[in-house]
Amino acid sequence: MLSGFSGCAAQAPIAPVAAAQTFPRELIAKGAELAHVGNCLGCHTGEGGKPYAGGTPIATPFGTIYGTNITPDPDTGIGGWPLEAFTRAMREGVDRGGHHLYPAFPYDHFTKVSDDDIAALYAFILTREPVNQENRRNTVPIPRPFLGLWKSRYLKTGVYRPDAGHDAQWNRGAYLVQGLGHCGACHTPRNTAGAEKRDAAFSGGEVEGWHAPALNAASPSPVPWTPETLHTYLRTGIAELHAVTAGPMAEVVHDLSQASDADIAAIARYIASLDTRSEADRARARDAALERARTALAMRGQAVYDGACADCHNRGRGEQGGALPLPLGTALTIPTPRNLIHIIRDGIVPPDGERGAWMPAFKGMLTDEQLTDLVSYLRALAGRPAWTDVAGEVRKISRGDQ
Amino acid sequence: MKLDVNGRAVEVTAEPTTPLLYVLRDELGLNAAKFGCGLGQCGACTVLADGEAIFSCLTPISVLQGRRIRTVEGLGTADKPGPMQRAFIDMQAAQCGYCIPGMMMRAQALLERKADASEEDIRGALQPNLCRCGTHMRIVRAAVRAGELMRGKS
Amino acid sequence: MNRREFIATGGALIVSFALPARAQQKLPGSLEKAPMIDSWIRVAADGRITVFTGKAELGQGLKTALLQIAADQLAVDMKAIELVTADTALTPNEGYTAGSNSMKDSGTAILNAAAQAREILLSQAAKQLDLPVEKLSVQNGQVLASDGRRVGYGALVQGELLHVRAAPESRLRRSHTLIGTPVQRVDIPAKVTGGVAYVHDLRLPDMVHARVVRPPSYGATLKSVEREPVANMAGVVKIVRDGSFLGVIAAREWTAVQAMRALRARAVWEEQRKLPRDIYATLAALPSQDTVIAGADAALPTGHVIEAAYTRPYQIHGAIGPACAVGRYENGALTIWTHSQGVYPLRGALAELMAMPPERIHCIHMEGSGCYGHNAADDVAADAALLARALPGKPVRVQWMREDEHAWEPFGPAMLSKARAALDAAGNVSGFQYEVWSNTHSSRPGKAGELAASWSLQKPFQPSPPRPIPQPEGGGDRNAIPLYKFPATRVTHHFIPEMPLRVSALRALGAYMNIFSLESFVDELAAAANADPVDFRLRHLDDPRARAVIEFAAERFGWRTYAKRNGRGRGFAFARYKNLAAYAAIAMEVDVERDTGELRVLRVVAAVDSGEAVNPDGIRNQIEGGIMQSLSWTTFEAVMYDDKRITSRDWGTYPILRFSHVPQTVEVHVIDRPGEHFLGTGEAAQGPTAGALANALAHATGVRVRELPFSPRRLKQLLAA
Repeated sequence: MLSGFSGCAAQAPIAPVAAAQTFPRELIAKGAELAHVGNCLGCHTGEGGKPYAGGTPIATPFGTIYGTNITPDPDTGIGGWPLEAFTRAMREGVDRGGHHLYPAFPYDHFTKVSDDDIAALYAFILTREPVNQENRRNTVPIPRPFLGLWKSRYLKTGVYRPDAGHDAQWNRGAYLVQGLGHCGACHTPRNTAGAEKRDAAFSGGEVEGWHAPALNAASPSPVPWTPETLHTYLRTGIAELHAVTAGPMAEVVHDLSQASDADIAAIARYIASLDTRSEADRARARDAALERARTALAMRGQAVYDGACADCHNRGRGEQGGALPLPLGTALTIPTPRNLIHIIRDGIVPPDGERGAWMPAFKGMLTDEQLTDLVSYLRALAGRPAWTDVAGEVRKISRGDQ
Repeated sequence: MKLDVNGRAVEVTAEPTTPLLYVLRDELGLNAAKFGCGLGQCGACTVLADGEAIFSCLTPISVLQGRRIRTVEGLGTADKPGPMQRAFIDMQAAQCGYCIPGMMMRAQALLERKADASEEDIRGALQPNLCRCGTHMRIVRAAVRAGELMRGKS
Repeated sequence: MNRREFIATGGALIVSFALPARAQQKLPGSLEKAPMIDSWIRVAADGRITVFTGKAELGQGLKTALLQIAADQLAVDMKAIELVTADTALTPNEGYTAGSNSMKDSGTAILNAAAQAREILLSQAAKQLDLPVEKLSVQNGQVLASDGRRVGYGALVQGELLHVRAAPESRLRRSHTLIGTPVQRVDIPAKVTGGVAYVHDLRLPDMVHARVVRPPSYGATLKSVEREPVANMAGVVKIVRDGSFLGVIAAREWTAVQAMRALRARAVWEEQRKLPRDIYATLAALPSQDTVIAGADAALPTGHVIEAAYTRPYQIHGAIGPACAVGRYENGALTIWTHSQGVYPLRGALAELMAMPPERIHCIHMEGSGCYGHNAADDVAADAALLARALPGKPVRVQWMREDEHAWEPFGPAMLSKARAALDAAGNVSGFQYEVWSNTHSSRPGKAGELAASWSLQKPFQPSPPRPIPQPEGGGDRNAIPLYKFPATRVTHHFIPEMPLRVSALRALGAYMNIFSLESFVDELAAAANADPVDFRLRHLDDPRARAVIEFAAERFGWRTYAKRNGRGRGFAFARYKNLAAYAAIAMEVDVERDTGELRVLRVVAAVDSGEAVNPDGIRNQIEGGIMQSLSWTTFEAVMYDDKRITSRDWGTYPILRFSHVPQTVEVHVIDRPGEHFLGTGEAAQGPTAGALANALAHATGVRVRELPFSPRRLKQLLAA
């Protein structure tokens, strides 16, 4: 049970530490890695500004909050902050002076971070290049003391507790995602008070004018994510059958990709598990998406159709020079595209000297690729599942292999 | 849209679904390819795309981007006729002459593919093209002659 | 100088004295219609020569032949002459370029006008150089004196030197530097290099494109058409409707085509005409004007009587390039660029159609695709005139669609014929009767009512009542009178005015069917007489030139030594076109596949006598072409229709000869007759080809086919039986 937070009043200030501190190299390194996961840079570096020096505008429904200067500058940054203050900020959202921090700083997530990790982060942050830069004023009209109320309702402090029903990797992933990763800060919808809706975790949210898609069973990804594809995506920004990362997530991935591979794998594992749909449902969704993709590719063939076929085939036989509307043609509905390919290439011509209907021969006029696109399009026009390897069939016939 | 016609890049303003024939004749002022039927039955519109004989009356320019289009005008000029043109003049292979450019391009496609095409090959290759004046014998003779000229015999 | 002075200089000209106009001798060729020399030949001060002809280049090599003649007589290079053809503002009115009359009419006129112009120039030079004419010669556009002095034609021409009336006879040069040599056609280089060669290629500034929505059948009326969606299409300039005449004008040609199709889909027509089910029964039953054109009272003697009846279906011109015209209407004046065979008659018809004075209409001939008779060229000119008037100031180009050409062009008429003959004991013909039933073979404008568009207007025109073309030219009865010396010959022409389908002149007119019938029948007679077909023909012919072509063709073919093989046969036919023009004899060998009805021509040998051969290669070209065209007609062609509409609308439903059916060899031998009149050649091969094919088929299979065409389907049926 996470302990609640009591009291609206500000907390007591913590005295600054005097001198710059030194930390073991491994600790700093560990902190660096964790900073990638937490993407501290993202909110604490302004456009074109120095790293961690703040100035980043974060738009909220309540106004704009500017990320603060967390370089160890003694005057404008957190140079004098002892670990205790840093920890209190991370876990309880209170600055060294004892004032509440706006939850734009996701302390509702960072509260889950372990002592060791906070200490490592502290070592890292406090050894950054100090930058003298005043924090910009927030435009949020809500006085900080009121945040005490907010916290009493919406902040559940406490370090992440592993779930015995899952293995180490999953728990690591859960720890990172729920904590430092603060994925829900974007991917969970918020209520009118700006707090994440606990019962709608990972159901999708808004950030900087972009939508952060649901990561749970409501995932709108046409092809459902797997731990492997997510891993690749978080590592490289792109995965097979998925779009390239863009918008705010691109920045996240950029940072996250520098974390350890093990941690990325763990995060991927955990996120993938949020989609609680059955294997059968996921498979169905995947197949349907792939089918639509094939159909979309077939639309390339529509340009060919419009230019080369529509003139006759859109007019129907009732009209002079018109031809059969193609969805009525059996060549489109049989299991193989071969008949259709022959017809398009060679036309349909009456025996020499005899009368009959005439379809011109299009071979030579269309490249193999255009013919492939056209055939795929016509198949889609007939409302049938795509033929396999149309390109291969076209190639064979085009080479004369029958 | 950019097209490659007779070795030159040209910019055309016709809709992408416009058949090449109208673009050749009306936009580019290339008179040789002719409207005969618009149905792929007579071959008067025949031109080459990447060496393949095509009905320009049925081929929209949208599918011809990046392909090398050649017309009779690309085979030579009145002052310097190419071998195919020379052959047709030498054999006086025309009556009204309307079908001749299509015949020349179809024969050209054959001879580029098969330099030693026989008379039988030529007759077979020209099957898609119609001539109403009855110039068939001379057309075949001209194509045979063009083959000789192209192979360097005089 | 006037003619009196001309005669007084005493040149070696053979001229008549100046007689009162009424008693004057007839002038050669079309000079009779346009007797002034400078209507035909003009020389500019810089020596450039312009020759005018009222005839048109149809792809028959006319321009080249006329240039040969003029250049030959004027002793100049062909390149020094500009030839102006059929133009109502510039050239003499020579009526239609038709009937294979161009060489006879225009060629003869130019031959004489050029020769006389040369003589006038020589006389003028004689005066200027103060030398007798005998001491002068001409070369390369100059007059040369024996003393070395020279003066160019341009320097000789002053004022109205050539504005003199032509004389009935001329002193002709017999140089044979050009006449009689196979000069290369002047129009071919542009045609094989993409030059502007046809009216289809004409491009004028601000030119727009138009198409017409033709009615679906004869007599259909346009009840309604939803115009607005089409008017709103991008690039559509104007929709023109006058009654049932419906056209659309667009900036681009493809737009015009698509807009026309869109309009056509939205047009609602009321159709009327009932087309006949069995055309031959219909023709036989329709009222006819019956004329005995030869041997009024000849009755058939008793003896061995042979009878046969033949049929020929409607057939199309089917030029590869559908008809095209460009029209421009501005300030009450109309210019039409057209491939009509007759620019002057067309002008007259357009004047009536547009209610304009003819002087305000200018018709200029530009080449079309193959002509082959009265095709749709005049009709599209009418379309262009009407549409141009709807958009004054802009040239409007109209081209017909393939399906419209197949349905609406005037067809070669369906015909029936019956032949009866009696053979005496020696196997010679003792009596011969022939009858032919046909519609008119000429519904050329003339009058607005002959133009298809005129029938659709709100105030429509009616076609003129058809009249038969009188003998010796004839229409349906062209070549109905055999050249053979058959005693007791009677030939009857049943002229049928009522036309179930639209018809007019198709190359050779009735001669195709009549020679097919006659020559098939002659073979049947020969067979009954146990005579060789060639011998049988020679037995009944006196005309030495006819005999010459027959013997030549037979010899070159190897007729006497032919060895028949199974499935193969040989056939022969002869005709003198119109019994007035070129002589042609044709022999051919065929191969017939009984099981499929496949008929293939293996080789053809033809002999032709066109009188003085101006361009022997041109003659060969025309005969080869005529053979091919006739093989196509005879083997494949028939217009198809149901009870309302023409249903053969493209090459798929009206197949014609393709390369697969071209013979292995075709030889044409030209018998040149220098000094003889030029004889029209363009239509000489069609009839004999059909006859020879019919006879070869009979020889190959033992089956006589009398219905045209010899389609694979028909042959299969008849051969299987």
